[in-house]
Amino acid sequence: MANGNGIDQTHTLSVLVANKPGVLTHVSGLFSRRGYNIDSLTVGVTENPEISRMTIVAHGDEHVIEQVTKQLNKLIDIIKVVEVTPKESVDRELALIKVTAKAQNRSEVIQIVDIFRAKIIDVSSESVVIEITGSGDKINALEEMMRPFGIKEMVRTGKVALVRGSRLTQHEK
Amino acid sequence: MSANESTRLSGAKALIKSLEHEGVDTIFGYPGGQILPVYDELYDASIRHILVRHEQAAAHAADGYARATGRVGVCLATSGPGATNLVTGIATAYMDSVPVVAITGQVPTAMIGNDAFQEADITGITIPITKHNYLVKNANDLPRIVKESFFIASTGRPGPVLIDFPKDIQNTIFDYVYPDKVQLQSYKPTFSGHPLQIKKACALIEKAECPVLYVGGGAIAANASDEIRTLAETIMAPVTTTLMGKGAFPDDHPLALGMLGMHGTRFANYSIIDCDLLIAIGARFDDRVTGKLESFAPNAKVIHIDIDPAELGKNIKVDVPIVGDAKVILKKILATLKLKMPKSSEWLRKIEVWKKEYPLDYDQGGSELKPQYVIQCISQLVRDGIFVTEVGQAQMWSAHYLQCKKPRTFLSSGGLGTMGYGFPAAIGAKVGCPDKDVWDIAGDGSIQMNIQELATAMENDIKVNVAIINNMYLGMVRQWQELFFNRRYSYTNMKGQPNFVKVAEAYGAVGIEVTKKSEVKDAIKQAQKSDRVTFIDFKVTREENVFPMVPAGASISEFVEYDRRP
Repeated sequence: MANGNGIDQTHTLSVLVANKPGVLTHVSGLFSRRGYNIDSLTVGVTENPEISRMTIVAHGDEHVIEQVTKQLNKLIDIIKVVEVTPKESVDRELALIKVTAKAQNRSEVIQIVDIFRAKIIDVSSESVVIEITGSGDKINALEEMMRPFGIKEMVRTGKVALVRGSRLTQHEK
Repeated sequence: MSANESTRLSGAKALIKSLEHEGVDTIFGYPGGQILPVYDELYDASIRHILVRHEQAAAHAADGYARATGRVGVCLATSGPGATNLVTGIATAYMDSVPVVAITGQVPTAMIGNDAFQEADITGITIPITKHNYLVKNANDLPRIVKESFFIASTGRPGPVLIDFPKDIQNTIFDYVYPDKVQLQSYKPTFSGHPLQIKKACALIEKAECPVLYVGGGAIAANASDEIRTLAETIMAPVTTTLMGKGAFPDDHPLALGMLGMHGTRFANYSIIDCDLLIAIGARFDDRVTGKLESFAPNAKVIHIDIDPAELGKNIKVDVPIVGDAKVILKKILATLKLKMPKSSEWLRKIEVWKKEYPLDYDQGGSELKPQYVIQCISQLVRDGIFVTEVGQAQMWSAHYLQCKKPRTFLSSGGLGTMGYGFPAAIGAKVGCPDKDVWDIAGDGSIQMNIQELATAMENDIKVNVAIINNMYLGMVRQWQELFFNRRYSYTNMKGQPNFVKVAEAYGAVGIEVTKKSEVKDAIKQAQKSDRVTFIDFKVTREENVFPMVPAGASISEFVEYDRRP
């Protein structure tokens, strides 16, 4: 609004939160009520059992992301909010894909899975379940390749990210 | 009693003890099934409990108490409908950053989530309208939660905190220890202001030719009135206050511009348009203030002082944002400022011309009873008073014509615009400040939204006065219909108003009807002399409008044209 450059981009926020019930509701509620767009949100406990880390992928212009960060910081149970940029961070997403694979095309499916360095973790006479870890793009690519065979079901975790190198996301605001 | 002394107490008793530790002297509340153990403890507690007639009024009264005294207001209700009735009051306090702690009963923990009788997920419901909230799941957490609640409510940008307290936890006996201090690793409001930013602000102030101070409710929360006055007088800057900031700077001061924005004075709005430096103090550039953002202070550098970092740059581009407490920061600015020469008086002269050319005025209407006249008379006759308003035309005329000289003497629902706020908030203000002459300036629509509180005021001997500006319309909505909807008065004509004098009398209060200009002052004096709650029903001209007015979304210099002179 006031000083946004208007360029809508995807941003990844790494958010340390108190590991308490209700925190996720506070965070997701903030996004919906302030009209921010959320692409994915993952949450899990950290090395400190009292603290969880959320990885939130959201899009908007700079001004919106600045507001998101500030509003998140206002929540009492939020300990720290950092934007992680692709350059300075590593990120991964996991997906499980159930693909139709009968005897006549199973080997073709396996070949593609190998090229992607994915794994087959379950097999039946009708289908296989593929596990793939990687960037969102890589998962999208595999999904595209599998589509002609018939994707029966699919689940993705959303992105998790950590800052590269020895730098830490300190446990303080 | 030492704070660390451990005693075996029930959760309910521990709550009362904890509230006593926080210095709570009054609770506004309404009992019910799931809060009974707490009420049993209140039966012989030293804390005064004011029984309201609707939980909404409990929340507003706690809010009025907090705004008038600067201390945390406390309200109490049962689960389910008791809790949901608090919601409007909590939202009102949230929008205006008022420190309130709301405590609600909840069904026993084992029944939560089972759609039990009078169960409502009040922590879920109030997430967007509280600064923080808690569901007490373990009695041992209660003292810490109460301590944190008062700390969170009253520090940083103040706001309401809700504690949901299940009945089984109220009955749990545990080792009660009240904590000495709060340990919240994730909540540390910035207080002192960045030194570099303060230097930058001073440089801008030293350079400015046409500065304006734009003062909001945050200045009152920070008790920064003295510093604002010193700054204004030092740099000879005129001061405009928002509805929430009214009282932070004396309305009768020569540098006062009154309110700005949609119903701002012309000279306040023109000053904003022409200023070269805008110093915003505890104000949030609300749409009712800025109008069209692009034309708000178009030529000005902006210094924005606010304790809430999220407000800086939210609506408008700021040149020097300073996060922190307004009082502390203004003190530092005053200590750093190096003013070699007095500011040019050219700017003040320009403003004087506007003030002469476009004064706040209205058609006096001969012998007709005009609402503005009533409010002027109240302003004249009430010394040492607190004015509380409802919402609508009477609220805006109050903002225009009441002369407030001190902070915490004008209480109004600014952000949420809650009709029905005024009367219960006036009750709360009077409880907090018993020596003040407390007046609720109401409309005939608003007063009926919480008129049942007459019983609360009478029962507890809370002497407040209510001036009903009665035009038998929902006046502000009617005004919009007149100006923007072709005078189609769709459901704003309240033909069925009750006889307010008889309503007051039915509760044992005093009711006075005023139909003539000549009766106004006597009626006000009579209300002041009476030791009973007094309603004055001022039957004013029906279709008076609030002017000046800027249409929603227009630039604040584009006033609705009207015929000012006969």
